[in-house]
Amino acid sequence: MYGLAMLKGMLVTLKNLTKKPFTVQYPEERLKQHPRFRGEEFVWYEERCTGCASCAKYCPLGIIKIVTTPSETAPAEGDKYRLEVFDIAINRCMFCGLCVEACPYDALFMGSGFEQGRYSRKDMVITIDELRKADKQPSTFFRPQLEAQGYDPRAGRPLDWTQVGRESWQWHQQEKAGMRLGQRPAAPPGAVNSVGAGPDLEPPTLPEPSESLEENPSSTAGEQAD
Amino acid sequence: MNCVLGPDNILHDTVLYRVVYEFVGQLLPCWLSYLIAGFVIMFFLINAVLLGAAIFSWMERRLIGKFQNRLGPNRWGPFGLLQPIADLIKLIFKEDLTPRAADKIVFAAVPIVMLAPVILMLAVVPFAKDTALANLNVGVLYVLAVTSVTSIAIFMAGWSSNNRFAMFGAARGVAVLISYEVPVVISLLGVVMIAGSMSLADVVNAQTIPFLLVQPLALFVFVAGTAAELNRTPFDMAEAESELIAGYHIEYSGIKFGLIQAAEFGGVVTASAVIVTLFFSGWSGPASNYIGWLWFLLKAGAVACVFIWVRATFPRLRIDQLLALAWKFLLPVSIINLFATALEVYFLRDDAGSLATSDLWIMAGINFGLAALSILAFGTMIREKVRPVGSGDASPSPLGVSIAESS
Repeated sequence: MYGLAMLKGMLVTLKNLTKKPFTVQYPEERLKQHPRFRGEEFVWYEERCTGCASCAKYCPLGIIKIVTTPSETAPAEGDKYRLEVFDIAINRCMFCGLCVEACPYDALFMGSGFEQGRYSRKDMVITIDELRKADKQPSTFFRPQLEAQGYDPRAGRPLDWTQVGRESWQWHQQEKAGMRLGQRPAAPPGAVNSVGAGPDLEPPTLPEPSESLEENPSSTAGEQAD
Repeated sequence: MNCVLGPDNILHDTVLYRVVYEFVGQLLPCWLSYLIAGFVIMFFLINAVLLGAAIFSWMERRLIGKFQNRLGPNRWGPFGLLQPIADLIKLIFKEDLTPRAADKIVFAAVPIVMLAPVILMLAVVPFAKDTALANLNVGVLYVLAVTSVTSIAIFMAGWSSNNRFAMFGAARGVAVLISYEVPVVISLLGVVMIAGSMSLADVVNAQTIPFLLVQPLALFVFVAGTAAELNRTPFDMAEAESELIAGYHIEYSGIKFGLIQAAEFGGVVTASAVIVTLFFSGWSGPASNYIGWLWFLLKAGAVACVFIWVRATFPRLRIDQLLALAWKFLLPVSIINLFATALEVYFLRDDAGSLATSDLWIMAGINFGLAALSILAFGTMIREKVRPVGSGDASPSPLGVSIAESS
């Protein structure tokens, strides 16, 4: 009937008065996120990263900028590149997580924060120093090993680089055990071993390619095991 | 110098006016104290309306939040009580723009013309026993006449903005307002007939039982019509906050917009006051000689909450649905109410012309049945018929040429 539907609607609205509102007082309380939440931050483990730039290649928006230099130890041995620049521009990022899916070494994780608002566009680029200093509380998105541990990024326990990877690559197993594949070449004078090191203040002197090949006759691609 | 108001003076019954006049009249010349007493009354009136508008805006935002299962504003002050002040400060600081091709005098005058009827309407409403600011003996006519000025204000706003969207909103708004004035006026005639006088204080005194029982149809038509007059959702096609980009007040910013909003919220408060006076027996209640004002405030607050409740529940009506509602539903229903009340008053009143309370109960019974019947009958008649899409053959293309035939 014409009027009764209106009255029923008004009774529904009236019943809402008795229900508890679901408003969350934002700055004081926050809604609980799930552990796979793809937040606005990134967690990067420099010890695991090899500078392959797969994340930059997979990014659909092209917002990751990676500039690497060969490290002083022989690149032909499968050693890591050293990253000079690793910029992620989060003003255009859509937080799809493809970069996290792409990383073969489990070095990049999504973060779990969502309060990255800034006052100027220049501040919206995460530089390599911020990535190094950030809290290491990775989201468990696309990382089943973290979910198997039952890790909750919001519980406040930061994770170390030894605890976060799928250890199916011997590279990392050996690195954890302190061993390296192949022979460690003699460092040229003046160079600094950059594996796992922090930022250098001066650019390294690179060895001549011919010299390194002569010094390390045993380095072949076949000796690198995955 | 003792100035005394003669008993034939229209303001003689207003106790507050007389007190101030005689008090100031001992110090100043009579004509000056007349003016000063008038200013004091206007000070009370304007404060009442603007404060009422502010408090109502707070109440509306909190209540609509509760109806929608959320909180309203609660950051400024406890329970968000300072939120209207924050809104006011924000509006004062905003830039006051006038469009370049706008009619400047009319543009600037619109907020005043919108606010004035609201303040004036509150002048005749009795708050307590013998306490109306101006006890006019044509109070009902005055209220209806003053609410008609709002349609002029809306048209001024739309025209002087030099903006076609404002004109659309204003034209629709004026159409709605003048359509809804007719059922409102006719519905009030029943009340006037039963009370025997148009003075609002007499209407309150005649309500031995509240007129909402005796005249349910008039109450329904008056409340619906007043909600349309005030441009409240579900009738607010004129402003259409989410559709017509705020309609007739699209070009207003800053404190001009603030005054238009104050006029709108104040209008709801004043209309609630008038509804309480006419239908809910005003300031009556237990111990009403002392706390009649408290009953009045509580009842007006309850009616305002009903307006908010309706706003929180219903979607907006289209302009053609609005006008159909006014002309095809409210108008016949109010005419039925008028005829029925006229017949009842004619047959039930005694030789002195007044009605006893038992007569009022008889009228209440008849009117309730009549109300249910007529609302159902006319409600069914104006129901929209839904036509299925796709019936009928397709029209030929406007170009008349198909690609296969052209060579």
